[in-house]
Amino acid sequence: MVLEARGLIKRYGSGVVALDGVDLEVGEGELVGLLGPNGAGKSTLVKICCGLVRPSAGSATVVGAPAGSPAARAALGYLAELFRFPGWAAADEVLELHQRLSGSDGGERERGELLELVGLADARGRSVETMSKGMQQRLGLAQALIGRPALLLLDEPTSALDPVGRRLVREVLLELKRRGQSVLLNSHLLSEVELVCDRVLIINRGGVVTRGRPDELARPRGVEVETAGGTRLFEGAGREDAPRIVSELVAAGESVYEVRVLRSTLEDVYVQAVSE
Amino acid sequence: MSGALVVARHAVRESLRRRVFVVVLLLSVVFLALYTWGASELFDEVDAFDGNEFDVQPDTLAGATVLGLAMFAILFLGAVLATFLTLGAVRGDAERGLLQPLIVRPVGRVAYLGGRLLAAATVSAVYVVVLFAACVVVTGVLGWWPDRVVGPALALAGAAVVIAALSLLGSAVLSTTANGIAVFMVFGAGLTAGLLGQIGESLDAKTLDRIADVGSWVLPFEALYQHGLSLLTADVEGPTAAIVNLGPFGGAQEAPLALWPYAVAYVAAVAALAAWSFSRRDL
Repeated sequence: MVLEARGLIKRYGSGVVALDGVDLEVGEGELVGLLGPNGAGKSTLVKICCGLVRPSAGSATVVGAPAGSPAARAALGYLAELFRFPGWAAADEVLELHQRLSGSDGGERERGELLELVGLADARGRSVETMSKGMQQRLGLAQALIGRPALLLLDEPTSALDPVGRRLVREVLLELKRRGQSVLLNSHLLSEVELVCDRVLIINRGGVVTRGRPDELARPRGVEVETAGGTRLFEGAGREDAPRIVSELVAAGESVYEVRVLRSTLEDVYVQAVSE
Repeated sequence: MSGALVVARHAVRESLRRRVFVVVLLLSVVFLALYTWGASELFDEVDAFDGNEFDVQPDTLAGATVLGLAMFAILFLGAVLATFLTLGAVRGDAERGLLQPLIVRPVGRVAYLGGRLLAAATVSAVYVVVLFAACVVVTGVLGWWPDRVVGPALALAGAAVVIAALSLLGSAVLSTTANGIAVFMVFGAGLTAGLLGQIGESLDAKTLDRIADVGSWVLPFEALYQHGLSLLTADVEGPTAAIVNLGPFGGAQEAPLALWPYAVAYVAAVAALAAWSFSRRDL
């Protein structure tokens, strides 16, 4: 496992329990999505994994090393939800600093490739303070990718992006998956998670309430048939039940105009999970 | 390049790019110009006392007094620089989101703090030494060279490093504004200890002397400053020494040799405390 967390508990001094026994695994080349409402504990979980927050109980390891240790930090790239780069620095200087801090020997070539990847090739010499929020977020993503880390912890990487920027990040995530890099993606955008993630965890009030593959979570919801007498819903039925339902209706003298197989979306699953 | 050096280089680069050093340089030039003007006027005034019946050396009196006052001003300017370079190094930068991307890198928290201390201590130490050297040259050209130069310069540099370390510790536990207030109150407390010592010496009040001694060792930038001050007139004797001691030299105390290793250990202990506090902080 590239990332493994067992029984993570985080209590803050004020008595707030941010995490209450969370287990999590991210395998090699796996893209895992973390969903949950505001205050569910997602960011705390990511911060524990990169050593910014100390757990009250439980443990987390990155490539087998305790989270926060130098070996664990050397294996990860992190994009915080709220971050800032020095306004005076140019995009290239930000990446150069992080190359030095991470010990990457990629040099100018790596910086150029990363800026190209996130669509900032033309902004290499542009200072951070003159960049839009979206550009800064893409620069943040490039920063996280320095040194080709085994694990990427991305906390809301698309929150400041427009639809084109979001699509770009989605393509970057798929490229990372192709390269065999693992990603823990914390996002509010269900469609984004559904499109790119291999597995999804839904967290609510500090605990994991649902986990699984997006296609497993999106279960059949029923078959809707439009007949001369109106629309009829056959709850719980799936695609395989559709021919039988149609033939029974026709045998009963009904005229069938349209058949729709309904599936619950990830959004339905999410809303149900966090409402319970 | 080690992690601490990378962080130190980044901190210095930030000050350069934000034109912090340009502002410091301009203010220092203004200070030096005023110092030159004031010292020149003073030397002209004391020429009238030349050959006086008490055998007081006018140039020594003028030079020692004005350079002693300059040392105080240099310590203050060095303290301002050291404080502003470290004021928000931990909590301030963490609240602005600048810190997190840096310390998740393999260099880690201790190297980050070490780098910030290295940058602030080096810059402020070099600054006070250069400014002091400039004041010494001005005073010398006008008519008086101090008895010691290297010792006072090192003492000023040491004092600036101590203040940088205290400010860095404050940044790990206090918000930026609270830390700024705290550091200048600590600085004021150190100076108050020096003033108490001066009063104690004048009135021969042992309790005040004792309070001043304890205060200046608890805050060793004050002990270093007093030590440096005393070295300026280490060889002055007789009536001139008596009159010089009525000025800024009243609080000057030549410290035992143990002050230097003590100051080094003090800075190391303060830095270790800052590192311990930082390592326990959730960000």
